[in-house]
Amino acid sequence: MTAPLIIFFVLATVAVLGAISLILQRHPIHSALSLIVVMVALAGLSLLLGAEFVAAVQIIVYGGAIMVLFIFVIMLLNAGEEERTNFSRLATFAGLPLAVALAGFIAAAIAHSSSNLPAAAQNGALSSTRALSMMLFSEFVYPFELTSFLILVAILGAVVLAQREN
Amino acid sequence: MNEFLTNYAFLIVPIIKIAILVLVVLTMDAYLTWIERKVIAHIQARWGPHRVGPHGLLQPLADGVKFIFKEDPMPAGVDKAAYFLAPFITLMLALTSLAVIPFGPQRFTIWGYETHVGIADVNISLLVLFAITALGVYGIALAGWASNNKYSLLGGLRSSAQMISYELALTLSVVGVLLIAGDFSLRNIVNLQGTTGQGLLTWNIFPQIIGFICFFIAAIAESNRVPFDLPEAESELVAGFHTEYASMKFAMFFIAEYTSMITVSCLATILFFGGWLSPFPIAWSFTHYLPSLLLVPFGLWVIYDGVHYENIFGRLLLPAVGAAFTALGAALLLFPPVNELVQGPFWFFAKVFTFLFVYIWMRGTLPRFRYDQLMSFGWKVLLPVSIANVILTSVVILWRTH
Repeated sequence: MTAPLIIFFVLATVAVLGAISLILQRHPIHSALSLIVVMVALAGLSLLLGAEFVAAVQIIVYGGAIMVLFIFVIMLLNAGEEERTNFSRLATFAGLPLAVALAGFIAAAIAHSSSNLPAAAQNGALSSTRALSMMLFSEFVYPFELTSFLILVAILGAVVLAQREN
Repeated sequence: MNEFLTNYAFLIVPIIKIAILVLVVLTMDAYLTWIERKVIAHIQARWGPHRVGPHGLLQPLADGVKFIFKEDPMPAGVDKAAYFLAPFITLMLALTSLAVIPFGPQRFTIWGYETHVGIADVNISLLVLFAITALGVYGIALAGWASNNKYSLLGGLRSSAQMISYELALTLSVVGVLLIAGDFSLRNIVNLQGTTGQGLLTWNIFPQIIGFICFFIAAIAESNRVPFDLPEAESELVAGFHTEYASMKFAMFFIAEYTSMITVSCLATILFFGGWLSPFPIAWSFTHYLPSLLLVPFGLWVIYDGVHYENIFGRLLLPAVGAAFTALGAALLLFPPVNELVQGPFWFFAKVFTFLFVYIWMRGTLPRFRYDQLMSFGWKVLLPVSIANVILTSVVILWRTH
């Protein structure tokens, strides 16, 4: 086994274990921490594919900013351990087959098209970052700008909702 | 043996470098506490530590021994996993962030493995640094939450809110430097500041003075230092997030705080003050004698001070230390190749120590922010100013290229 393959399996195992722990943990803070582990492992996987910029942004934005906000809200509300109700027990029985089915579908799709999947381009970090920004501002400029517009609308909506009480 | 070394040099050399760096940084942390206590004491017209060793120089050692041997009680009702993990996360991330910082220009080859002054030379080192500091808040937030103490919880809450607010300004304030350099690599950012050989005139501080002010304020807030130390405001929150920590776990939070001070100082030096570059033009080669010119008189002064010290221990120790400094300065004069080698690290650490002194100076001078002032300053002043700086820099760069 080559070194990248070993690193891949370690990171993949960490990501999957983190995701399972995210679902099984009963305390919201523990779940949030598991999610951070998943994010960091995914960033490691992007790093392995030569996408340094994506890996760093994954940690800065998701691992840093967004998850800090989650943890801040959980701590502010002082949310305790979740209590199981009959309905949440139902979710266990309905969710397990659904999760298995979803995993099966994805596996089938990947197995079906594995020969057609293009290999990730491996180039230097600078050129890959530059190439990414060139793509964003030329080929994909409309989706990119539309996404920023969507985020702007969401921010305005949040401001309006917060201002209503005054 | 030799074959083994050349085969595994890619593993052995970094491990040796990491060991040296950790040793140097931990010693710097320890003596930073001594400098901080001395400087603040003198600002407040006191003497500061002066009982343990001459001029209190062995105080950090005594503190370390005390931290190790103190009882480490665990309060009732804590979340055990998070309570144990928090100080380790904080310290580990603080030390890891130093790994991408280049300390000098030289590249050299050991056992057939080409390496440089610094641990890792990655192309996106600035982004890596921000990614690691972005994760640093979890240690503090978790410590506050896991301690099962309302003061700790408030400290953790404040810390995470502060991080969210100042992270944006911190990241945006360096975008100006990135626009000028066109590169994420800290090494290239430094090299670009010295391409003309004009000395300090081509440093980033002049075109990016607004960016630097925003960066330094936001970075102080990120490292939870005065005047932004609200997560551990002792007059309101007992000791904030580390109220329930004692012994080595408490020390780990402190080491992490001082390490992040060092990281921020290194980053400010690299991004805005030309890193290891000398402030003088390259043509002025006589300035290369500056390290010896500082070390020899300082060593002689320490010897002079030592022989007049009040107790026998100081009369023995201080002259020895002074002699070591003098010998070091004389050695640099006698061996020009060695002198050339230390030029880069000399300027780098001189600048870093200046920033560390500013940190301490501010702690002795400024009062703490009120919480609403902190929030409104971050969002209403710092963030708009750093965005304006980005726009201004881009406009100027576009204007110059067309």
